[in-house]
Amino acid sequence: MCTVCGCGTASSADASVSSPLVGDDHDHYGDAHHHEHGPNHHHHPAARALDFGQGLAGVSVPDLSQQRLISIERDILSKNDGFAQANRSALLKADILALNLVSSPGSGKTSLLVRTIMDLKGRWPMAVIEGDQQTSRDAERIRATGVQAVQINTGKGCHLDAHMVGHALQHLSLESGGLLFIENVGNLVCPALFDLGEASKVVVLSVTEGEDKPLKYPDMFAAADLMLLNKSDLLPHLDFDLGACVEAAVRVNPQIQILTVSARTGEGLEAFYTWIEHRAARIEPRIVEPGMREAGP
Amino acid sequence: MHEVSLIENVLGLVEQERRKQAFARVSVIRLRVGVLGCAEPEALRFCFDAVAAGTIAEGARLEIEPVCGEGWCADCRSTVPLAERFGACPLCDGAHVRMTAGDALSLAEMEVE
Repeated sequence: MCTVCGCGTASSADASVSSPLVGDDHDHYGDAHHHEHGPNHHHHPAARALDFGQGLAGVSVPDLSQQRLISIERDILSKNDGFAQANRSALLKADILALNLVSSPGSGKTSLLVRTIMDLKGRWPMAVIEGDQQTSRDAERIRATGVQAVQINTGKGCHLDAHMVGHALQHLSLESGGLLFIENVGNLVCPALFDLGEASKVVVLSVTEGEDKPLKYPDMFAAADLMLLNKSDLLPHLDFDLGACVEAAVRVNPQIQILTVSARTGEGLEAFYTWIEHRAARIEPRIVEPGMREAGP
Repeated sequence: MHEVSLIENVLGLVEQERRKQAFARVSVIRLRVGVLGCAEPEALRFCFDAVAAGTIAEGARLEIEPVCGEGWCADCRSTVPLAERFGACPLCDGAHVRMTAGDALSLAEMEVE
């Protein structure tokens, strides 16, 4: 599912023209799927992440008809975790703080990013990786601020994975000490499972959604370090119970930090920027051994 | 539908195994899936045949062994069964339970020919 360079089922309309290439080729962690990108970002039509085109008929194994049992005992997400760990190491080495923004569609992630970029432009070098099923509208909105952005189109995929992000990183030239925002596909379920190599997940919940969402979609809130309650300027017009929402979030994740913000008015955003500065000051790798997952929330 | 991606990952592991030791076909794939995790066994089964079509695992039987939920209750200082990821302790009804098992998502073994 190599969706940045388009060698899977999904496509990326503009990754090739979006920003300067750092390198012309790249490796794929622990996998035979390898391809090089020429200066014109040549696509290899036959290359796919999972090469199973041989089928049964294409396999010939003489003298091997007896049934055998093979013990594997490997985490299903071990491949993604391997890519994520490679991304995390690369980001750490470059002293870049990566934040993975997750939410349901329509919570205001892109507006929040645009506002944040405008406010922080002089303070941080920044770049954005945008994930959507279709179109490069979000990346265009980000580029209009003058900040570089790579759009990943996941096609039918409902989340970004670490392999896609690894590709996208190749298309960005972000200075050391910079800030990388990864805007995930709008979806409160699947992105919780896929570590991208980020320092933190930031979950955005808007006050026009239900206050019980953390209880309905606990995995995402359990995986996040920070919850931004967006669209606070609408609170006077709604029956949203802020206290109940905070209580729900803390119930599924006692460690989660919560900030009430408005991307429209800017309310509460200075606290978010302070959180970013604090997070950047203590970047530490969250080591996940290949084949193992963290046990608890 | 992250279950499609999960099955693709399972098939990736199968393919990796085939590179290590030759086999012609896979007859059974056994997964271990935690009842408190994010993967739905029915959804995994539903998409398996479609995703496995045309691969070495085409026609294989998918078996899913559920893994029960367990937590550590800080108040009782003991391991307790957990029916919900953020559920209360079944012994003391307290909320200080940290899940210790039940979100497994692994490829346990497979039968090959």
